[in-house]
Amino acid sequence: MHTKSFNKICLNLAFTLALPVALLAQEAPAAKPNPNQESHIGNLTGHAHAGAQLYYRYCWGCHGARGNGEGENAQWLDPQPRNFVAAVFKCRSTPSGTLPTDEDLNSAISRGFVTSTMPSWIALTAQQRADLVAFVKTFSARWTTDKAGTPIDIPAEPKLTLDSIKHGKELFQKLECFKCHGPEGRGDGPSASTLTDSQDRPIKPYNFNSGYRFKCGTSNRDLYKIFMTGLDGTPMPSFADVVKPEDAWDLVHYLRTLQIWHKSPELLLWQSQGGEFAKSQKPENTPTGADVRP
Amino acid sequence: MQRLYSTNVHSVSGRLGAALFFSLFILALSLLDCRPAAALPAFARKYGMPCSSCHEAWPKLSPFGQQFKDNGYQMGNERDAPIYQSPAYWPVTFRITPQWHRESTNKVLVDGAGGNNSAEAQVTTHGFDWSGLDFHTAGTLAKNVSFYVLPSSNNSGAFHFESVWARLDNIAGSSWLNVKLGKFELDNLLSEKRIVTLSNVGGFYQNYHFQPFYQPGKPESAVFTFGIGDNQVGLEYMGHSRDDRWRVSASLLSSSDGQPNLPNSRGYDGYFTASRAFELGNLGLQRVGGFAFIGQAPTYPQFTSGGSAIAGTGIGNKGFQRYGLIGMWYIKKFDITTIYFHGSDSAWLASGTPATPGATLPTGARSPSWNAALFESHYNLNPQLIFINRYELIRMSQQAFVGDGVTAANASNLGNTDTLTFGMRYYPFISSRAGFAYHTEYAISRIRGASPLTNTDLTSSSLLFGFDFAF
Repeated sequence: MHTKSFNKICLNLAFTLALPVALLAQEAPAAKPNPNQESHIGNLTGHAHAGAQLYYRYCWGCHGARGNGEGENAQWLDPQPRNFVAAVFKCRSTPSGTLPTDEDLNSAISRGFVTSTMPSWIALTAQQRADLVAFVKTFSARWTTDKAGTPIDIPAEPKLTLDSIKHGKELFQKLECFKCHGPEGRGDGPSASTLTDSQDRPIKPYNFNSGYRFKCGTSNRDLYKIFMTGLDGTPMPSFADVVKPEDAWDLVHYLRTLQIWHKSPELLLWQSQGGEFAKSQKPENTPTGADVRP
Repeated sequence: MQRLYSTNVHSVSGRLGAALFFSLFILALSLLDCRPAAALPAFARKYGMPCSSCHEAWPKLSPFGQQFKDNGYQMGNERDAPIYQSPAYWPVTFRITPQWHRESTNKVLVDGAGGNNSAEAQVTTHGFDWSGLDFHTAGTLAKNVSFYVLPSSNNSGAFHFESVWARLDNIAGSSWLNVKLGKFELDNLLSEKRIVTLSNVGGFYQNYHFQPFYQPGKPESAVFTFGIGDNQVGLEYMGHSRDDRWRVSASLLSSSDGQPNLPNSRGYDGYFTASRAFELGNLGLQRVGGFAFIGQAPTYPQFTSGGSAIAGTGIGNKGFQRYGLIGMWYIKKFDITTIYFHGSDSAWLASGTPATPGATLPTGARSPSWNAALFESHYNLNPQLIFINRYELIRMSQQAFVGDGVTAANASNLGNTDTLTFGMRYYPFISSRAGFAYHTEYAISRIRGASPLTNTDLTSSSLLFGFDFAF
């Protein structure tokens, strides 16, 4: 009997405590995704309702009908499709932790992601891509509560010099980039095998030997952005707080020399004047199908 | 009730020619029934993308699918080479269509009171059936090396090779440099191999196969066959901008209309296309282009053996041309493709006259020419439902025979053709593994003066319901 009474008291107490919490929760409901999102890309305005049809046609197989990255094909894909509900994006022009701009999302859709199954959708019209960007923003409440970050400033690229590359090489060591990317940028650093993304899925560091393109672009500016904004959701952090802009360009110049299949100005300069170490760099066997041309 | 027509004044040769034409017509229909259309779940499986990515309604390509095809069946994401696929992956797809269909032709040559093949009658048949079977195998052999092999059968299981080619893609890293060698579909923007209609009457483009009559009952196709819709054998250069807004191609082809072995002659044909796509507000991607086929065919063999022509020795080549302009217009979910088409053939080919040294054309023989148009519209309510309508018309502008004092000139409308097709395809599911469509279609065609005996209008119609699937 005593036990039963005690249980009743506990139950009543729990309800008494839970009620105000529930009421409070009702007073401040969680933000919901906005189904009427728009995107603004150049002079185009994208509309989510138009993007929905396109998403249904092109995207749901991987990203899922709910945008959670669990489409019917996701189980077969590596890397996994982006989870739009989490609203965490690798490729941004904005600081780490912030939402990307519409232009960033549009750029990702247009460019695709190298070494993944996400193709370039450049064959779609600009309006269609803008509509898709708007629709992607309907999956997460973050797009209603947060604003996109402000794109980082990227100073003009200084003239390429041997000193710049050498300084970049020092930074590569100092910042311990080699721990993941390996001493020659082949993605085989000592930590490489232990890396996981924010959803605890194994993730590989970028192999600079694999080609000339990065997931987030192909240009030196894109490379600058990658390590100054970080790749959210991955172990790749932002170095904006520890690397000065002028130093960042030196690192860019050095990283280009690691792409030994891509005859960039940086690599040519490095190979011609970079000393014995540079000359000793030889390309490993490139997997069949790797792009070796710019 | 069957309508029987009494025998009029027709020569025996006319009857034979008409019978031959009709036989060829039926043969052509049965061959076309193979419908080697390219909708490849093998690609969907490889890339994990739904059919609707590359097909507005499979097998009709979307702009994205067209770019994928032009890029050598590659997404360009450094995962196109087969080395990245599971070793168990084999890029094979089959497609077939079990169906019920009804066929009706108003004037079929039948035995009558006057003997064999002495009358015409309306013949209507219907029943359950199936289409030919296509085995598509296509993809990449390595990065920037693509291929396509398509053994295709008619519905009795007799196979032939509809496509056999390999292609070097993006030579020197340029999307403007692609070279294909083998037997392939011509670079037709409105692809007959991806036609969304399937019936015997509506399952091919009349414009792409039209050949005029020399005289009533004497079709040109009895002595020389060509169709711009037929896969051809040769070498194709193709180039395109990265976003596929610009496309150009030029092909050097054996003058064989895609038949195996060495052609009858040592002649070559050329096919040239160019098109430009542009965005028009938020209506969609519009495309305009042009194409030209400049061909030749032999009129007699240089050598014979035992009376039979020795292959490859055809000479006395005479020319034929096909030109056209195409527009693909999108208004959001509605689109319409328009084609203007012009064709002309040498009088030697039309009349089947050997162009031997010193030979002259039969009196009254002329170079036939014609103009034609096609309007094909689609309403894509959503990726799972498409409504289809097509109207084709062909109008002779110059008949091949204008009279010789004994035989009257051809009627000015001999061979004029009108074909109307309606259809609907519903895809109950869209996945990256297989394709399936409920297909419904009705098509009717009228060819002026083409009936086999009375040389009156020949009207044919098809009604088809089917399950069209590919895996």
